Amino acid sequence: MGQTLTSAAHWTSAKEGRGGKLEFTQANEAILNKIIQFVEGFSGAHPEECNVIFQQALTWPTCLTPADLSGGYSQKGSETVSDAVTPNGVPFVTLKSAGKQNEICVMSFEHLEGILRASGDKKMSETRACLEHNPDPVAKMCGDRFATEREDTEIEDKKRNLRLVLLIKDFDDKLISEAIKHISSEVKLTPPEVDRMVKLLRDYSGDDEEKHVLEDISWMPPYTYVFENGCRAPPYRQLHGDISYIQAQPHDGDKMCITASTTGYFFNGAEGETYKDLVILLREKSPRFAELIDKQDLFKVRHTEDDNGLVVGSSHGHRDIDDEDDERQDNGNRAVQKAEDKKKVAEKKKQDQGRSKRLEPSFKWRVLNVHDAQDNKQEKQVVKAPPKKRKEILYSDGRSVKKAQHSDGEDSFEESTSESEEEEESPDRRQEANSDLPSEYWQIQKLVKYLKGGNQTATIIALCAMMDFNLTQETCQLAIRDVGGLEVLINLLDTDDIKCKIGSLKILKEISCNTQIRRAIADLGGLETMVKILRDPNKTLKTLAAETIANVAKFRRARRTVRRYQGIRKLVALLDCIPVVSGVRTTEQEKDVEVARSGALALWSCSKSTKNKQAMRRAGAIPLLAKLLKSTHENMLIPVVGTLQECATEPSYRLAIRTEGMIEDLVKNLKSENQELQMHCASAIFKCAEEQETRHLVRQYGGLDPLVTLLSQNDNKELLAAATGAIWKCSISPENVVRFQQLKAIELLVGLLNKQPEEVLVNVVGAIAELAKEPANRPLIKKAGGVPSLVQLLTGTNRALLVNVTKAVGQSAEDPDNMVMIDRLDGVRLLWSLLKNQNASVQASAAWALCPCIQNVKDSGEMVRSFVGGLELIVSLLKSDDREVLASICAAIASIAKDEENLAVITDHGVVPMLAHLTDTTDDQLRRHLAEAIARCCNWGDNRESFGREQAVASLVKYLKSEDISVHRSTARALHELSKDPDNCITMHEAGVVKPLLVLVGSHDEELQEAAAGCIANIRRLALANEKAQK
Amino acid sequence: MVGELMVSARREFHAVMMRCRKAVDRKNIHYVSKFEIECLLGLYKAACSKGKMDRNRFRDFLHREFSMTDDILMDRVFKAFDKDNDSLVGPSEWVEGLSILLRGNMEEKIQFCFDVYDLNSDGYISREEMFHMLKTSLVKPTSDEDPDEGIKDLVEVCIKKMDDDQDHRLSFKDFHAAVLREPLLIECFGPCLPADKDVKGFLEKLSVNSK
Repeated sequence: MGQTLTSAAHWTSAKEGRGGKLEFTQANEAILNKIIQFVEGFSGAHPEECNVIFQQALTWPTCLTPADLSGGYSQKGSETVSDAVTPNGVPFVTLKSAGKQNEICVMSFEHLEGILRASGDKKMSETRACLEHNPDPVAKMCGDRFATEREDTEIEDKKRNLRLVLLIKDFDDKLISEAIKHISSEVKLTPPEVDRMVKLLRDYSGDDEEKHVLEDISWMPPYTYVFENGCRAPPYRQLHGDISYIQAQPHDGDKMCITASTTGYFFNGAEGETYKDLVILLREKSPRFAELIDKQDLFKVRHTEDDNGLVVGSSHGHRDIDDEDDERQDNGNRAVQKAEDKKKVAEKKKQDQGRSKRLEPSFKWRVLNVHDAQDNKQEKQVVKAPPKKRKEILYSDGRSVKKAQHSDGEDSFEESTSESEEEEESPDRRQEANSDLPSEYWQIQKLVKYLKGGNQTATIIALCAMMDFNLTQETCQLAIRDVGGLEVLINLLDTDDIKCKIGSLKILKEISCNTQIRRAIADLGGLETMVKILRDPNKTLKTLAAETIANVAKFRRARRTVRRYQGIRKLVALLDCIPVVSGVRTTEQEKDVEVARSGALALWSCSKSTKNKQAMRRAGAIPLLAKLLKSTHENMLIPVVGTLQECATEPSYRLAIRTEGMIEDLVKNLKSENQELQMHCASAIFKCAEEQETRHLVRQYGGLDPLVTLLSQNDNKELLAAATGAIWKCSISPENVVRFQQLKAIELLVGLLNKQPEEVLVNVVGAIAELAKEPANRPLIKKAGGVPSLVQLLTGTNRALLVNVTKAVGQSAEDPDNMVMIDRLDGVRLLWSLLKNQNASVQASAAWALCPCIQNVKDSGEMVRSFVGGLELIVSLLKSDDREVLASICAAIASIAKDEENLAVITDHGVVPMLAHLTDTTDDQLRRHLAEAIARCCNWGDNRESFGREQAVASLVKYLKSEDISVHRSTARALHELSKDPDNCITMHEAGVVKPLLVLVGSHDEELQEAAAGCIANIRRLALANEKAQK
Repeated sequence: MVGELMVSARREFHAVMMRCRKAVDRKNIHYVSKFEIECLLGLYKAACSKGKMDRNRFRDFLHREFSMTDDILMDRVFKAFDKDNDSLVGPSEWVEGLSILLRGNMEEKIQFCFDVYDLNSDGYISREEMFHMLKTSLVKPTSDEDPDEGIKDLVEVCIKKMDDDQDHRLSFKDFHAAVLREPLLIECFGPCLPADKDVKGFLEKLSVNSK
């Protein structure tokens, strides 16, 4: 038993210590049961050996009470002992009652058996306790090495002892071989095992999405060297159990980096689950892999009787194909067997469901309102239709089979997605059955009938006839859907006949302009097929498929589907055409360009999803787009630039657009004749110009001039919005502002302040705000008559607009002349009322704008007081959670507090404790304005003492450690003010203020010097006074 | 006797060869290389080793290489190949015909298809001819509908779509214009041109075989 107990049984972690416990696992329970059986049958089978007296009694705490032992037992004090005694006079069984815990000692198998019988249903726990306390029972029974060297031992005894030992050992062997079966299901990974698995999967990897389960699987470089023990992980990682590192590229999703360690497979870095099997891990992470591996019969779940799970496939040099198949099958079985039972059951159930589902009409059929009768008919066809070998397979057969399979796959997808799509589903408008149907309806119905029941010739005639209808008309589009034409059209895409595919796609392309049709196409799995067609060698087909995808992928779910089926990569591959710079293009080249254009068109639609943007980048779309951007054809440039501007919301794209030299082309196309193209270019620049270097590039390539020219495009609002946006972002750089000044942009922009839609206004005002940072521009705004319009806009509700307007007003208020005007127009009151806005950025922006207003207006104190409840409001905003708001409010308070009367009011509103409360912050901007506000607020009553009481002083001292010089300046000023109170001086001194202040005295900033020196002087003065007093 | 035949056959091949080369030079036929013509003739020779290229052999060939199945149309393709109406496809007819199937341009293909579809070679595709060709194109309706009704309807669809001069039959002009409007219509009465992949496969096989 020793062997089993130490190696097979599961011990809790405390095993090494005295109090090791057997875990309550199934395996342990099985072992215990076996032991009980063994012990119980012992006396019957081996009457002689059962009387062997143990060298040491087996002792364990027991739940048995003296009452449980009856017959042959007698009470001796607190002990219950058996009547039978060993030759040495020791009773065979001793039960000591020590309080609640009884302890039992047993000396022979016979009595062990008796005890077990007596314990009845507690057998298991007794055995458990016994083994827990006697981890090596054999040693106790027969003594160490069971070689009893006592002279008085007879030969006969020795023989009996030996037989007992042999018996136990025999049993132990049996036990361990059984236990190992269980353990093998949790066997630790070994390097050969990992090697084999990877090799196997590699055999099944490749480009073909139908045949290969993975695109690639390999050892992760640089860990490819195989150490002597078979591991590939570096030795120091081997200590942690790592065996090798694997990289796997599934058909969907990113490359996965997997660590194979002795405990199982898991993802690098991620603290996720550890999987016992690589296949299961991949299954979990890649739905495509799961789907494909299910198709590989070899991996299919199958239960076999004689599967003991211990077979480890040995690698023969040569193997028959059959052999190999067997092995794979074996492997597959084991793969599944190793999984937890639950998972297995669940998986099987799922498969079963899938199988049974195959013959049921899927959910989608119901969605599409196909009549049940039709369903049934098709189902029957599935069952009955024998495979026809001739070419004229009637499409309806293949169709229904395919559809059922499809719905199967789709269902499993739906399970794996958590994203809700409710907002996408629009109510379906369907024609009433009884309403008057247009004649087209009946004609289309007839044609669809021919599509369903015709060979390819009839199909082509029907398709061509269908194209004659006005497919842009909604009645026709919906008629096609309602008579079940979509299913047929989509199924045609799966046939071999290129003409049928082209015809079908031509119709799908037209009707997919309709949102309902788009959804229906996606529901029917049309995207999957179209994505497959993207690899077709026929260029016309590819172009049509990409164009249709461009139409369908206008909503989120469709975009996700395209990504799922690797559509992004395939679309990006379409972009790769040899650019023909000039001259005559052959028809083939023309077609290539057409393919690339359609690819860009589809990517444009797809790029509205963030994940697709990433997928495109990974697929290498950026350099290809850069190449296409050199094209001179507008119909090519529009989708390309459209895609770029869509993607430019991602910082990585912005960087790439700059580094790939696309800014130059964007600027060039800004001068194009085509307004749509101009719009997309301006929009791309708008998004990219977030970055300083891009702004410089735009200027260097002369992009600012055409942008300003575009301001005259008053009719095209989209273009105007994009252009003004680009000007806004570009004017963040002062160099660009100079150029804009030369181009008289500010006058033009002010001219646009009236009667524009909000999206234009936001950008115009943003641009004005940026341009007004340059003092020379501020009078220009007034001259152009912009101030009244700006103040007028303060009454708006658009959040983005308000943020920009307040900024613009704030900037122009820096100019005293403007301020007079703003004040006259009651702009300050409007700004103040915006502090009540719900949005934090509006609040902050309004508060910032108030600062210059308060500073520059004449008789500001009076003005501020005139706003009823205004001061209370501003103080209450110090409770905000937003740092920007807090900083701006502090700045505003600093301005307000210059007026003593107002300071008195805000003090009454409790500004001091609130400011003190904020001093813990680490945000430099907030620190700076907070210190400024504290400095200003000290000038009233006992505010200095109050700040001291509120423990603001020590925190302020810490600000001196900041690296921001403006924080130092305001902090020094605040400290100087605070140091006028002796208690604060003491606190500061204790907080170690002197040293940093001494450094600041050496600063080049005079104001800072003065404040620091003043503070030190105050501290010093206090110390002197103190000394004097002590004397 | 046999030797004489062989000699004459060889002579004929040579003549065809020369003619074809000239045609290639004039760009009347579309083989990239003279080598390809040789290959085609080699194939012809191999196919005719057990006799002449008659209707059945030719149909076998079409079925095998281009997966054509429609009996009526295969006959018509044979007729279109057999310019001199001797019920045999001679070597030059062979090369010229295959030139259209394998590398023909749009115009040639339109002409070829029209010839195939014009069953009685009267220069028009009549309603009856259409009906004849489309007879098998629809699955038989299960209900008690007139089985021909669907086909008649398809014919009407075709007439409506393609008959520009409204004389209830298709002239070459009608057909030509319709196909240019919508290229899919070129095989509107049944497959008589090989599919792209068959062409590709055939050409590959050709070059491999002759090597």
